[in-house]
Amino acid sequence: MKFLARRLLYSLAILLAISFLSFLMLQWAPGDYFEAMRMNPRVSAQTVEVLRAQYGANRTFAARYVTWMGSLARGDLGVSFAYGTPVGPLLWPRARNTLLLTGSSMILSWLMAVPLGIWSAARKGALLDRFFSFATSTVLAVPDLLLFLLLLLLAVRTGWFPAGGMVSSNFDDLSFWQKAGDVAIHFALPALGLAVVALPLLLRHVRAAMIEVLNAPFIRAARGHGIPPWRLLWRYALPAASNPLISLLGLSIATMLSASLIVEVILSWPGLGPLMIQAILARDVNVVIGVVMLSSVFLLAGNLIADVLLFASDPRIRVE
Amino acid sequence: MKGSRTFWTVLILLAAFHAVVLFAGFFAPYGYSRQNRDFPYAPPTRIHFVDSHGHFHLRPFIYGWQASSDSYGAYAVDSSETYPIHFFVGGARYEIAGLIPSRTHLFGVTAPGQISLMGTDGYGRDQFSRFLYGGQISLAAGLIAAALSLLLGLAIGSLAGFYGGWLDNALMRGGDLFMALPWLYLLFAVRAAMPLHIAQGQVFLLIVVVIGLIGWARPARLIRGVVLSAKERNFVIAARGFGASDFYLLRRHILPHTYSILLTQMTLLIPQYILAEVTLSFLGLGIGQPLPSWGSLLSGLQQYYVLASYWWMFLPAIILIPVFLGYSRIADALQERFAVVPL
Repeated sequence: MKFLARRLLYSLAILLAISFLSFLMLQWAPGDYFEAMRMNPRVSAQTVEVLRAQYGANRTFAARYVTWMGSLARGDLGVSFAYGTPVGPLLWPRARNTLLLTGSSMILSWLMAVPLGIWSAARKGALLDRFFSFATSTVLAVPDLLLFLLLLLLAVRTGWFPAGGMVSSNFDDLSFWQKAGDVAIHFALPALGLAVVALPLLLRHVRAAMIEVLNAPFIRAARGHGIPPWRLLWRYALPAASNPLISLLGLSIATMLSASLIVEVILSWPGLGPLMIQAILARDVNVVIGVVMLSSVFLLAGNLIADVLLFASDPRIRVE
Repeated sequence: MKGSRTFWTVLILLAAFHAVVLFAGFFAPYGYSRQNRDFPYAPPTRIHFVDSHGHFHLRPFIYGWQASSDSYGAYAVDSSETYPIHFFVGGARYEIAGLIPSRTHLFGVTAPGQISLMGTDGYGRDQFSRFLYGGQISLAAGLIAAALSLLLGLAIGSLAGFYGGWLDNALMRGGDLFMALPWLYLLFAVRAAMPLHIAQGQVFLLIVVVIGLIGWARPARLIRGVVLSAKERNFVIAARGFGASDFYLLRRHILPHTYSILLTQMTLLIPQYILAEVTLSFLGLGIGQPLPSWGSLLSGLQQYYVLASYWWMFLPAIILIPVFLGYSRIADALQERFAVVPL
């Protein structure tokens, strides 16, 4: 338990440092939100000054950081200049959408990667295995951007899927099940795209981990005892190979979140990605910091979950 | 070495591609900003050997386009105009590798005809030429940023590994910070701290620095590990006993052990960083018009009518697939050669 508590504390310290550093860095950023407003001839210099004072943009760095920390404690994360509302309520629905997308495509890609990887490892060197290794290296070489654009093209050309967004315009009139179906059909393309992006790397790792275990003496012994191959693979080899895969689970969250940023922009999924791009272009500093913090929370939480799983599955770590 | 022939073939093909991009001015028939407003979104030009009368010509030729009068951006082949393709023709001025001025282009057709192997964009600019010129920016961004990342990683990793103690702790905790963010979010966060609207020349520098700065943590960690184990080797301890300075030890005995890691990391980072530039420019946070980069070539696809109607706008991204495949082949071969655990 001590191990986990230490990891948790360390993650919190990292989050704190990230908040401070991103705050500091975006202070230096030349040209703030009000700069653009000052260029606007229809907004008087006085108005800009009043707004600056209202948002506290002219106070010292330390004062602003302390205020921001206070608002972080309330879950507000400061005020968005562009929307004029606290950042927190802007972020939560977006974060939920991003989590929905990345979470389910991660489950999808793991569900594909584990059986395929085991299959491929069990027939190492066979035609099937070589086909998989060819396919994974090809898919790895396809730029994410191109894949997502092609999915968008599919949607636009065939009309089978909606070309972006999360819900249809008549969403509010639908019954509960129709709503679920509506979200599901909007969700299909981005989730599929993300799963395809993540799959090759997972497949490679599952295969590598399984091959290593399958060479171990205890597997040969088990085979000698007449354990059927199916049971051998799933009950004997897979648990032994699971350690590196659990660590990979934590790592793959980072890849997923990055890829999700692009797919959200291209297929206009209302997640954190489009919000962040808009905030960068509008110099809406607090929103940028909020998104950065949230993405880091997801990543660190993913790593913590992986740690907990490792802790549960591997007695050696518990002894340490 | 097994498969060494394919390795060299891939390496030579990849080098040839880079050379074509480096000498873009020669291989591209037009300049990157030359517009031809009469032919926006013209499809790729077909090259013919047999004319409409069934006669075979040794010199390939192309037909002219006739803009269709009933719909915008639709063209019909005008087989009455033929333009033979000439090689080593004079044309627009350019600088060979940015230094020596020249006018000779590998191929071209006489003036009213336009040969555009990859079609044209909305301003009638030749996509093939823009792809080659854009490659100069995108490839250079990837290469320089990867070198920057590795240099930083090498410096930080070897300092941390060699001196250990509080310095090691501080540097590696700093690395943890960089790895606590999904890297695209990190990239955008750093980009957000930089000015949005700056001069064309500075944008390139900015992009390279931003991309290069964020990726040092992983190589630094790998290099630290190598340095840690290398500094305990007997010959290093012996050299230290003879009074060798820290710098000498690092340069002469320890850093040579990191070359394999540097090389494999380089082949892994370059495609990743090329993609980083492409992503930034695609989203309008990188290289902008009229300068071409692979990202800004693709950014037109964000409009539905371009995406749905003009398939050749996808070509720049599709050509990236074999290039990235080449890089990954080389990375695999190097990893096998150095027996690095693949990641």
